[in-house]
Amino acid sequence: MNKLIIGRYLPGTSLLHILDARAKLIAGFYFIFILFFAEDWPAYILLWSFTFWVMHLSGVHFKTYIRGVRPLIWLILFTVCLQVLFTAGGEIYFEWGPVTISQFGIVSGIYIFFRFVMIIFISTVITLTTKPIDLTEAIHFLLKPLRIFKIPVEEISIMLSIALRFIPNLLDETQKIMDAQKARGTEFGKGSLFQQMKTLVPIFLPLFVSSLNRAEEVANVMEVRGYQPNARRSSFRKLRWKWADTLSLVIMIFLTVGLLIMNTIV
Amino acid sequence: MVLDSTNPIIEVKDVSFRYDLRSSTETLSSINFSVQKGEWVAIIGNNGSGKSTLAGILLGLYKPQFGSVTIAGYELNEETKWEIRKRMGIVFQNPDNQFIGSTVEDDVAFGLENLNMPYEQMKMRVYEALHMVDMYDYRHADPTRLSGGQKQRVAIAGLLALQPEILLLDEAFVMLDPKSRKDLLKTLQKLKSRHQLTIISITHDMNEAASSDRIIVLKNGTISSIGTPKEVFSKELDFEAPFTEKLRRILQMKGRNVPNTYMSEEEMVEWLWK
Repeated sequence: MNKLIIGRYLPGTSLLHILDARAKLIAGFYFIFILFFAEDWPAYILLWSFTFWVMHLSGVHFKTYIRGVRPLIWLILFTVCLQVLFTAGGEIYFEWGPVTISQFGIVSGIYIFFRFVMIIFISTVITLTTKPIDLTEAIHFLLKPLRIFKIPVEEISIMLSIALRFIPNLLDETQKIMDAQKARGTEFGKGSLFQQMKTLVPIFLPLFVSSLNRAEEVANVMEVRGYQPNARRSSFRKLRWKWADTLSLVIMIFLTVGLLIMNTIV
Repeated sequence: MVLDSTNPIIEVKDVSFRYDLRSSTETLSSINFSVQKGEWVAIIGNNGSGKSTLAGILLGLYKPQFGSVTIAGYELNEETKWEIRKRMGIVFQNPDNQFIGSTVEDDVAFGLENLNMPYEQMKMRVYEALHMVDMYDYRHADPTRLSGGQKQRVAIAGLLALQPEILLLDEAFVMLDPKSRKDLLKTLQKLKSRHQLTIISITHDMNEAASSDRIIVLKNGTISSIGTPKEVFSKELDFEAPFTEKLRRILQMKGRNVPNTYMSEEEMVEWLWK
């Protein structure tokens, strides 16, 4: 569990930690959006320098980001391969049935690889520097307009925050159950793949049972503490929009302009 | 609604309850008792005697088949239960499952958010409550960094922030070590006398029960005795008695001339020093 970097929060005091979660979320999504308008290498260089700058600002070691990419590397390489093998155009180096390795294919494969890695880097920057609870609060805020369509935004956000709140408890519980089953003689990570999967059953069954019991208890607590779905609630957690947040969005506009200029160079 | 001072704050009349309507065994049958404002009442009984069911009924989580419950002047039913819950809070046994917020201050604020309280007022109430239980320095901590005792403190702060009239403790101190148990009991005693709190504690801990004003003993779903700790401990001999009572019984067995009734810690010390 400790290997997973995506979705993790690392406490810190960098400028990015201080930024409002809404600003980071908007800027992040916007960056991923404009990424698809980059057509040539000058544009990619600009976007990469921006990505590195942001990563540097976060104060988190570069290695951490590399670790974040690692679990996804096969997915990325698979996509790149598809792109390389099935794109025709330009000089053709190899041809076999529908499979062609062409100049255009290789170029767009490389672009896709860099695009993918950039998306992971940027989203990792956001989750590493933002408390999950602030992120849910930001999602809550940004989803608010959907209330017109009768989407229960408040309930979704409280669900998200409670789910996040109980992740450590569930991990603890999993560990406890695993220890208990080990004490009873279960061996994990041994035998064929099928056998390994079978040893997971005595973990998941008790885990499901205890989670359901926990859920009922939590629901009772919430009800007793006066939580009524559909009722108006105030919020103790306040997101504060500062000038730095506005500035970060202005930087995004500059980046867009820069990107458009770079696209016209070649 | 203005309360007449002679009217009890909680009145339970002839309450019967069974979980399974098909079976004839009642979890609770014909329970009658009342609690005065500012009183500390302990409910004791063995496992399966119906203690926690009684708590569930007082909170409106379960609906009794017979009888009525009146709390703070409201007769408990589907419409009034939200009004009653504004005046009554409960601390459960498991410290983790009642921690809803993601940090200490968020959790204390949870109940206030549900009341749609404005931010400034909320902030005041939250910090006040955290000071009362001595957890202010931990206000930004998340639950994984707190001990069981600290989480129970936060749970109590969450209730105090609501400024309730009644506090229900459902085996709230079971998971705590003796020292935090003692500290918390002291804090509650202090709060009770300062704010005229009514406390109902459901417990196995006879020392906790001994510090109450009155004890209700449940046996197989009925009240087997009710009275001051003195009366109850000298009458109910099959319970694990609090330390002073055990000492008294042993001394009595050895033929010492001890008084025949239960003594509190101070009384015992006084008597021993004679």
